[in-house]
Amino acid sequence: MTQLATETVNQIPSTDSAPLLEIRDLEVGFRTQRGIVPAVRGVSLTLYPGQTLAIVGESGSGKTTTAQAIIKLLAGTGQVTGGQILFEGRDLTALTAAEMQNVRGREIGYVPQDPMSNLNPVWNIGFQVAEAIRANSDLRGKALKQRTIEVLQEAGLADAADRLKQYPHQFSGGMRQRVLIGIGLSARPKLLIADEPTSALDVTVQRQILDHLATLTRDYGTSVLFITHDLGLAAERAEQLVVMYKGKVVESGPSQEILANPQHPYTQRLVAAAPSLASRRIQAKKNEDAPPAEIFSAGGTDTALMRRATDRELAASGKDLISVEGITKMYRIRKSGLRYTELLAVNDVSFGVKKGTTTAIVGESGSGKSTVAKLILQLESTTSGRIEFDGRDVAGLTGRELLSFRRRVQPVFQDPYGSLDPQYNVGNTIAEPLLAHNVGSRKERQKRVLELLDQVSLPAATQFRYPSELSGGQRQRIAIARALALKPDVLVLDEAVSALDVLVQGQILSLLTELQTELGLTYLFITHDLAVVRLVADNVCVMQKGRIVEASSTDEVFDNPREVYTQELLAAIPGANFEFGR
Amino acid sequence: MIAILHAPDLRSVNQARGDLMLWYTGKRLLQMIPVFFGATFLIYFMVFSLPGDPIAALYGERPPSDAVLAQIRAEYNLDKPFIVQYLLYIGNFFQGDLGTTYSGRSVSDVMASAFPITARLAMLALAFEAVFGILVGLIAGLRKGKLFDASALVVSLLLISVPTFVIGFVLQFVFGVQLGWARTTVSGAAPIDELILPALVLASVSFAYIVRLTRASVSDNLNADFVRTATAKGLSRPRVVTVHVLRNSLVPVITFLGVDIGSLMVGAIVTEGIFNINGVGGTVFKAIRLGEGPTVVSFIAVMVVIFVLANLLVDLLYAALDPRIRYAK
Repeated sequence: MTQLATETVNQIPSTDSAPLLEIRDLEVGFRTQRGIVPAVRGVSLTLYPGQTLAIVGESGSGKTTTAQAIIKLLAGTGQVTGGQILFEGRDLTALTAAEMQNVRGREIGYVPQDPMSNLNPVWNIGFQVAEAIRANSDLRGKALKQRTIEVLQEAGLADAADRLKQYPHQFSGGMRQRVLIGIGLSARPKLLIADEPTSALDVTVQRQILDHLATLTRDYGTSVLFITHDLGLAAERAEQLVVMYKGKVVESGPSQEILANPQHPYTQRLVAAAPSLASRRIQAKKNEDAPPAEIFSAGGTDTALMRRATDRELAASGKDLISVEGITKMYRIRKSGLRYTELLAVNDVSFGVKKGTTTAIVGESGSGKSTVAKLILQLESTTSGRIEFDGRDVAGLTGRELLSFRRRVQPVFQDPYGSLDPQYNVGNTIAEPLLAHNVGSRKERQKRVLELLDQVSLPAATQFRYPSELSGGQRQRIAIARALALKPDVLVLDEAVSALDVLVQGQILSLLTELQTELGLTYLFITHDLAVVRLVADNVCVMQKGRIVEASSTDEVFDNPREVYTQELLAAIPGANFEFGR
Repeated sequence: MIAILHAPDLRSVNQARGDLMLWYTGKRLLQMIPVFFGATFLIYFMVFSLPGDPIAALYGERPPSDAVLAQIRAEYNLDKPFIVQYLLYIGNFFQGDLGTTYSGRSVSDVMASAFPITARLAMLALAFEAVFGILVGLIAGLRKGKLFDASALVVSLLLISVPTFVIGFVLQFVFGVQLGWARTTVSGAAPIDELILPALVLASVSFAYIVRLTRASVSDNLNADFVRTATAKGLSRPRVVTVHVLRNSLVPVITFLGVDIGSLMVGAIVTEGIFNINGVGGTVFKAIRLGEGPTVVSFIAVMVVIFVLANLLVDLLYAALDPRIRYAK
């Protein structure tokens, strides 16, 4: 059952004032050669002063398009084709460009999604903040600079005065996001639109930033329209939820109510797939009979997990397939002139991976987890230490031996957009490793491609399509198919599901688990997302600043984390403390 | 990016940037040494290897006595082995003596008259292509798919595909002969106003490339996230375009312009021919035909230095335009 946001909101006593933002039957379409393709179809929502409302949905659900329509910044050929956006009673869709310019920044602030691409790389931070203040106030000269520093300090950059002349690339992702939040709030707008403001950040940084944002908006009395794909996050941060699916609002109301009692099938699926919840369900169901495998529910993972548990016991008796002993990687970073400083990216790391199991390496960015992956893949050489694969030291491998090592250990990378060549069709992409290693005839390769597509549950016709025509999830399936082409023993998955939506993530994780049981694969799973770890890993190594601070079985780490750092990571999972309904 | 990873000490970071730049510039200047020797050696060798006897060729049908020939050869060091000739040339070069042409003029004299003319022509052309190319490219990029854009694309395609000498002759005919706005040929001293028409011709092809480069770059940057964010700040459209789109779009254009300085100097040969300008191109062409080693090598050496310096300038400009550029190794 779909409730209208207005009805529910009106029951809340604090909202007796007029709505700040009221969207009525908003329709947005994108003009294409085949006419206008609707992206937002009749969306209505109401936001009262001082409230926080979250729009939740997967990519393509129209949530970002809705947000962009409010400030008239629709991408490309997008245009509002119907409905009204009333901001303090004024219809924003009817404003001229000049009028809109006065609304943007001054009345409605905007915090964009990706801190990496939303600051202009060629201007320093101070300039970019100052120009926002300048555009919306009469401050000039010294006062402008003073205010710039204030804005940045309020956003959580304590040493802002010294950093004004620095450029975005000298800031970490978290710091850049603070700058963007500062810019968004610089003119004390009445409404702040935050479009996935932290999805590109580590969980702990995410929490700090969102806490800070919440404090600021509460202090200023700013209303927040929060766009996210993360249900846990939305529930934690917003009083009101609007769930969107395929351009429509399927459910809306108070967050707690929706989570506890989702009505629409899509919301139910979303609630079920929220990783933090799913991980608990695996725990709960372990004692019951194995439920039938379903793609979307965590149950599918569970059966596989049970099956794998037995495998694991079998494997436990055997030797490690990959054994890492005290590896260290030192990078030399040029400081000035001929001087260098040394950075220990990986510091005395040891662990072992048994055949057929999944070991997860978890940590924030900069913890050295990806470097470990590169070292194991032999993409970079170790400074010291020893990596053994199947009983052999891999450091000395050259020529033919290295080639055969590469056949057995294949990588899958994070970015399904960047790791596929846009000029290669899917069939050629999957066949490329076969070609590179001279495997089989043309016909045999063709057959193998179809077999692989089948294994990753894609239709055979996909082989003629190009990456740009496929969704993120489909692309990651192709990346997996390509990695499997040479029948490897080990897959090194570097943040392989981090860029995907919850539901797609769930599908890919189930696929990986199925493939593991089917093909006896060993996974090394590099991720920053502990919720995902719970779903797939048998063992976990938690890394911090180049060292492994905690290494144990997954259950141990989650139920009984010994290190403070691990506990922090666990606590930072969005929605970890929420009770989700079924 | 340099040391920020683990060093929050800001002053040392900025210091490091400055040091790096100096270190980089010094290194690039040092690199000129092997480039200079390599280029002069190769060119000298190529001229040396040209078939025929340059001295005999000078006298045409009626060669002088062998004794006279031998004497002239000795005067120009042509009787010595190649490597000795080269070393003698280099030795004199560093003493400021660039040798003499076979007609007896000193090479430095020839250079002093030819280089300023070509430099003036090339700079004028560079200014034309930079100003008009960027302007037209920017407008086309902002109005992608509109009439202006479409016509800019067609015109630039025409300019690229039609050979320079055709454009040269057409402009010469239209503006010089029919309209009488400009002189068809340039007088000896080649004053700036007479060079405008040749410079337009010389700039035409590069202008077309710059239009296309700027257009593509601008339309890419228009879709950049930071441009949307800039608009969301409440900035006006003109400010967004000039501050956030144009500066970012100029990086590839500047690179092209830098490389183009070199080709404008060399490529002037056709244009100089059409408008009868006594510049570098014609002089070098003549010297190659006569087998005048010292003349050819001296000109080329200077061009190499100009080329390397122009590229260095571009790289430094590049860093000024884009602070992310890191000069390492």
